[in-house]
Amino acid sequence: MTGARLIVGPFNRVEGDLEVHLDVEDGRVRAARVNAPLYRGFERMLLGRPASDALTLTPRICGICSISQSAAAARALAAAGGHTPAPQGAAMAALIHAVENVSDHLFHFNLFFMPDFARPAYADRPWHPRAVERFTSGAGTAQRAAIEARAALLHILGTLAGKWPHTLAIQPGGVTRAPGPRDKVRIMATLTAFRRYLEGTLFGAPLEAFAALETRAALMRWAQGDAGLFLEIAADLDLDALGRGAGRYLSFGAYPLADGYGFAPGIWRAGGLSPLDLGGMVEDVSHAWMLGGAAHPAAGKTLPDDEMRETAYSWCKAPRLGGLGYETGALARQVVAGHPLARDLAGGGVLARVAGRLLDLARTQILMEDLVRALDPGAAFMDPAPEIRDGAGAGLVEAARGALGHWLRVESGRIAAYQIVAPTTWNFSPRDASGAPGPLEAALEGAPVAPGEDTPLSVQHIVRSFDPCMVCTVH
Amino acid sequence: MNVLWLQAAGCGGCTMSLLCAESPSLPDLMVGAGLRFLWHPSLSVETGAEAGALLDRAAEGEIPLDILCVEGAVARGPNGTGRYQMLSGTGRSMLDWVDRLAHRAEHVVAVGSCAAFGGVTSAGGNPSDAAGLQFEGAHPGGILAADFRGRGGLPVINVAGCPTHPDWVGETLMLLAAGALGPADLDDFARPRFYAEHLVHHGCPRNEFYEYKASATTLCEMGCMMEHLGCVGTQAVGDCNIRPWNGQGSCTRAGYPCISCTAPEFEEPRHAFTATPKVAGIPVGLPADMPKAWFMALASLSKAATPERLSRNAVSDRVEVLPGPRKPRT
Repeated sequence: MTGARLIVGPFNRVEGDLEVHLDVEDGRVRAARVNAPLYRGFERMLLGRPASDALTLTPRICGICSISQSAAAARALAAAGGHTPAPQGAAMAALIHAVENVSDHLFHFNLFFMPDFARPAYADRPWHPRAVERFTSGAGTAQRAAIEARAALLHILGTLAGKWPHTLAIQPGGVTRAPGPRDKVRIMATLTAFRRYLEGTLFGAPLEAFAALETRAALMRWAQGDAGLFLEIAADLDLDALGRGAGRYLSFGAYPLADGYGFAPGIWRAGGLSPLDLGGMVEDVSHAWMLGGAAHPAAGKTLPDDEMRETAYSWCKAPRLGGLGYETGALARQVVAGHPLARDLAGGGVLARVAGRLLDLARTQILMEDLVRALDPGAAFMDPAPEIRDGAGAGLVEAARGALGHWLRVESGRIAAYQIVAPTTWNFSPRDASGAPGPLEAALEGAPVAPGEDTPLSVQHIVRSFDPCMVCTVH
Repeated sequence: MNVLWLQAAGCGGCTMSLLCAESPSLPDLMVGAGLRFLWHPSLSVETGAEAGALLDRAAEGEIPLDILCVEGAVARGPNGTGRYQMLSGTGRSMLDWVDRLAHRAEHVVAVGSCAAFGGVTSAGGNPSDAAGLQFEGAHPGGILAADFRGRGGLPVINVAGCPTHPDWVGETLMLLAAGALGPADLDDFARPRFYAEHLVHHGCPRNEFYEYKASATTLCEMGCMMEHLGCVGTQAVGDCNIRPWNGQGSCTRAGYPCISCTAPEFEEPRHAFTATPKVAGIPVGLPADMPKAWFMALASLSKAATPERLSRNAVSDRVEVLPGPRKPRT
């Protein structure tokens, strides 16, 4: 079979706009280029505005990671002003953020990722009838259950954050609404109902049992719930081998609380953990339709190349740390946080990323319940932050999809610089000046392409296993 | 009826909000109203070539198109080419796709303030030169001309909001499916009247504070947020406090101001979103349909008459002073 070039798009069941270019040779992807084909320019919109406007505008970068953007903006503003939020306010901000992350994981699994296994191309597989029944787009029984469970879970955000998406509830000093005793029991009731859904449907067993898995072998024996169906499919199609990563993971640390993180920050490389140090981070623009050179985000600019020069192919910049690309997301978060199952899955492909997400979902539900148990309805939930005249700071958070950073500089009360690096900016970055591909581009190399396929299924599985959020990427 | 949904230059949050629909959920609502998605970027199975072929057939008129929903503003830049958003895999700009499909559609629905007016995508100098479908900010005429009408005779229906309430979109679709939405059911910005004839102020639990001008001074206090914190709920259309969001929520219930996200140009308030601009200590932008002098007179009277319960609770994060019990009859 001779070489062929494929352009895959519109690439749906990812959040936002994505186009993937593939060079195919001998039935395998030889090289991939990932294009984010939308530019909106949020970083430029923010320049010259009052600093607090970041809290209104940056959540609207993304309708699925809206709270993550809120949390990053609030933390960047707090850092710039040298302010610390009220401890219970920080705990409620963490709860609000966790609800969004859990909702996103649930949707990714049920609505974005699993429907591909209901395709007729898999009609000869023993599990196919169950995949069709559970995950057919718009009609699958698992999909319907997930939509209803998520809508009910998001009642917590109605109560604490007014609405979802796009809330102003998370502020540098805490949260804007003090929950009372009634809210506490109501929120716990909602979480209890959500746990019943997770244990009855998605995991088919207690969450603690899934969270206690320590090895890939133990994971592959898990047969209950829709997670079990996924693992059966993963074993049959060898999804562990498909789209393997480089084993380099980045986490900014999730759910910062007065006594530490819910899931700790750090960098995982060559099988070892090191502390999070972003001193050697740059955003490379050699293959992005952006002008200006590579820069650390604290000094970065967003200057679109309206000519869309031939040597570039994406509106996405290429973040690198110490010259290397890093994968970020639920798997990375759990690898860095030290979970034995995640560590055993490190370096893996589609299976590792999706199982990492299920693990993160189970552990985050347990964390949310702990947060609500510790909720003190008599506490202060806001320590108002003074207005910032001049300052600079970074807000680093863990979105559902991984490490999200805002870098902000305020001069005379106005935003003088604002740079945002989203999880998918890391994962779906284009090549850098050395020609090294981004994590997805690298993961796609070697993916099998069946004769006649114009939108290869293997490529769809790999792309969706990252749970990309392109609208965050192309802020 | 079929529904084709495109995501232009926006955040996708209106789809995420729509999926919060309850009693019934979105899938049940669609089935119940006889609606089905021809294609939706978040929900449909078709990807790549199969999706591209579907869109081509709709644009060529081979598949009759009942309702075209567009979420997100439409980027016209750079230099009018629309290349800031290419619909991936098609080699064509979203600008081109929206224009072609709109002229095939029986009804065109702009979902969210970006699609309706440009919204947040057009904020801050409008880097991508984005516009709404039939409005550019408050000015008629966007990507489509001011006199554009869908084949069914209606202008682009602007289900504005940032995000939109799931029921605003769901009820608009159900009314269209029932043939029960006419030109008279839309306001001057072509927003469905069923939610645009209310103000966010209606049903706001802070109304009693508003009556006495008992104001919150910082976010997290219970008082009215109009005087100091930028709340424009008295001028903003929406039934947000009549039918709450995500169970029991609304912006003002959660302790932060209404920023009138259903209105054109809300993204450029010309002041910080959470601060009320004042001239000589008096807030500008008082209720639009009330004589200013009357408002000032009533405000100073009611301020003078504010019960201590309200003046103290207004600057507290929870109720400090309870409503006084009625004295027992002797």
